[in-house]
Amino acid sequence: MSTTSKPKRTRTLKVDYLARVEGEGALYIKIKGDTVTDAELRIFEPPRFFEAFMRGRMFTEIPDITARICGICPIAYQMGASYAMEDACGVSVVGPIRDLRHLIYCGEWIESHALHVFMLHAPDFLGYQDVIALAKDHPDIAQMGLRLKKIGNDVMTMLGGREIHPINPRVGGFYRAPSRKELNTLVEDLTWARQASIDTLKFTATLPFPDFEQDYEFVALRHEDEYAILEGRLVSNRGLDVPIHEFLDHAYEEHVPHSTSLHAAMKGRGAYMVGPLARYNLNFDKLVPIAQKAALEVGLGRECRNPFKSIMVRSVELIHACDVALDLIENYEQPPRPYIDVKPRAGTGVGCTEAPRGICWHRYTIDDTGIVQDARIVPPTSQNQKVMESDMRHFVEQNLDLPHDDLQWQCEQGIRNYDPCISCSCHFLKLHVERE
Amino acid sequence: MPKKKAPRKPKLAVWKFASCDGCQLSLLDCEDELLAIADAIDIAYFPEATRAVVRGPYDVSLVEGSITTSHDAERIHKIRRASKHLVTIGACATAGGIQALRNFQNVNEFISLVYAQPQYIETLKVSTPISYHVFVDYELHGCPINKVQLVEVLNAFLNNRRPVIPSHSVCVECKRQGTVCVMVAHGTPCLGPVTHAGCGALCPAYNRGCYGCYGPNDSPNTTSLADRFEHLGLDHAGIARSFRTFNANAAAFRHESEAHEHNI
Repeated sequence: MSTTSKPKRTRTLKVDYLARVEGEGALYIKIKGDTVTDAELRIFEPPRFFEAFMRGRMFTEIPDITARICGICPIAYQMGASYAMEDACGVSVVGPIRDLRHLIYCGEWIESHALHVFMLHAPDFLGYQDVIALAKDHPDIAQMGLRLKKIGNDVMTMLGGREIHPINPRVGGFYRAPSRKELNTLVEDLTWARQASIDTLKFTATLPFPDFEQDYEFVALRHEDEYAILEGRLVSNRGLDVPIHEFLDHAYEEHVPHSTSLHAAMKGRGAYMVGPLARYNLNFDKLVPIAQKAALEVGLGRECRNPFKSIMVRSVELIHACDVALDLIENYEQPPRPYIDVKPRAGTGVGCTEAPRGICWHRYTIDDTGIVQDARIVPPTSQNQKVMESDMRHFVEQNLDLPHDDLQWQCEQGIRNYDPCISCSCHFLKLHVERE
Repeated sequence: MPKKKAPRKPKLAVWKFASCDGCQLSLLDCEDELLAIADAIDIAYFPEATRAVVRGPYDVSLVEGSITTSHDAERIHKIRRASKHLVTIGACATAGGIQALRNFQNVNEFISLVYAQPQYIETLKVSTPISYHVFVDYELHGCPINKVQLVEVLNAFLNNRRPVIPSHSVCVECKRQGTVCVMVAHGTPCLGPVTHAGCGALCPAYNRGCYGCYGPNDSPNTTSLADRFEHLGLDHAGIARSFRTFNANAAAFRHESEAHEHNI
């Protein structure tokens, strides 16, 4: 790489349609001399207006509708909506039904993380356009990734009926609870998957990482007894520690011209990060011992501020999800009824769960017959938009000497660090880098 | 012996319009078949999976999502011109999707409910299926599509034959599987009698009524089914809502929901 002095000029980097992300977005970066004057993540995914058309629907229909926000993480949307409705109606789901929720959510984490680690993110580090090219040179790695992903899907299919838009979850629990015997059929594969996840972490630890650490505010759910997925308080490394109901007292969303996704920020502090890195830094102590041990053994440490290393953190979470899934199956007792009754009453309820990409927050107001009066959803990708833009700004300023094509590719990779789900956030991705 | 030139691999493109990405994810969810598929065909354009772009024309274009912006209404014509066969996948592309709920209301109210700065949002008043804009060679239904059916459709088009996809109702799938009818046995309203098969009659197997995510079958008697729902205790608003979900804009479902809406 050349470090000779550069002429003072303005240039642009642009990616018109970001690949290997879920949804439609572009990246636009304008550089003047050594300074990035503009870094915009342009989201042009057409808006679909979920919050508007959920008004007037019956509260029991909402989990089926919110699932359609995202084909990659439908469970996150079904669970957030279900918890919010149960909160509004004054009931809570505990015991084996909650365990089944935890289990199907582990399935979604395994599927989504395996998809991202192997098919969307790993090709960047090794210089391949996609997993198919990667598979030609590294067939064992590609096969391992595909099998891991399939096992996540198998967990979702067993509990949900199908992996995309599962039909079994409902407000109050499930339509049908599986028998112990049915769940036991998953044990052999999940046991393989737990070991494969450890191997995945060892593989990702060998990847070349740019030296890029940032000082982030991390926000995640925190739960007393577990690495929070379903429930918890909202906490951050800068003093946030509130019940989920108070989220909007501390965070706000704004609408910017270049995005059909709203941008979220913390009042008085600005950008914050949600997702695997946030969870890992805030809740390392709650990971299962086997995941903690594997992370420390590959030298990841208890804290990680390099977003490129999110691929390692996702691998740690893969280990965690497989181990928790096995534990849930081992201790499962089929409930007498697969759901609890939820009677509508007028009120407002809030639900917040850890989608694979970070906290996904829901709030609904219903009337006494159960008809939705108001709906509000804050998806993970809209919360990460500001951080993604500031990462781009700092990354480009540190790497101005890179040849244009390399810089552009690394910027795309820098966006994929967040596994952005543009369909979800609307509300996402092309890269357009302008240098004058 | 003269060296035989390897036949050109057919080129596949995957396009996205307004959607959740679930139907194109179905292709990546073919974990056991994916590498074999990539061996047999040239994945020429599929941004969700690859950075590489091969120029058209394409032998088969899979189109996911519905048309909701004027820009997209133009883009679909370019895709049609670059495609030998155009196959639409999923409820958004074949019927307008859940976002077609706007077709029944005023979209400007929707925008101001969701966005603080409505002037930044450009959208059409209605969400429409791809066939509303261009000729479509084949429509694969479902929200989401069934990945086994997707592989069948790809296989068929790449081998110049029609896909073998049954168009009967979900009821037939239940009977074949020996699933007890939830409407007869438990009085649970079920859209199975008027809904296109393909999901494997999942919902009744999980003790719930079908909610119509594969859209109307070939000759649906929605009026008769709506009468039955009324006997089971659903009011007009409930009946209208049951036809008004992921295939709300499919003609048979739209007409039935509108008939009940007027009676509310």
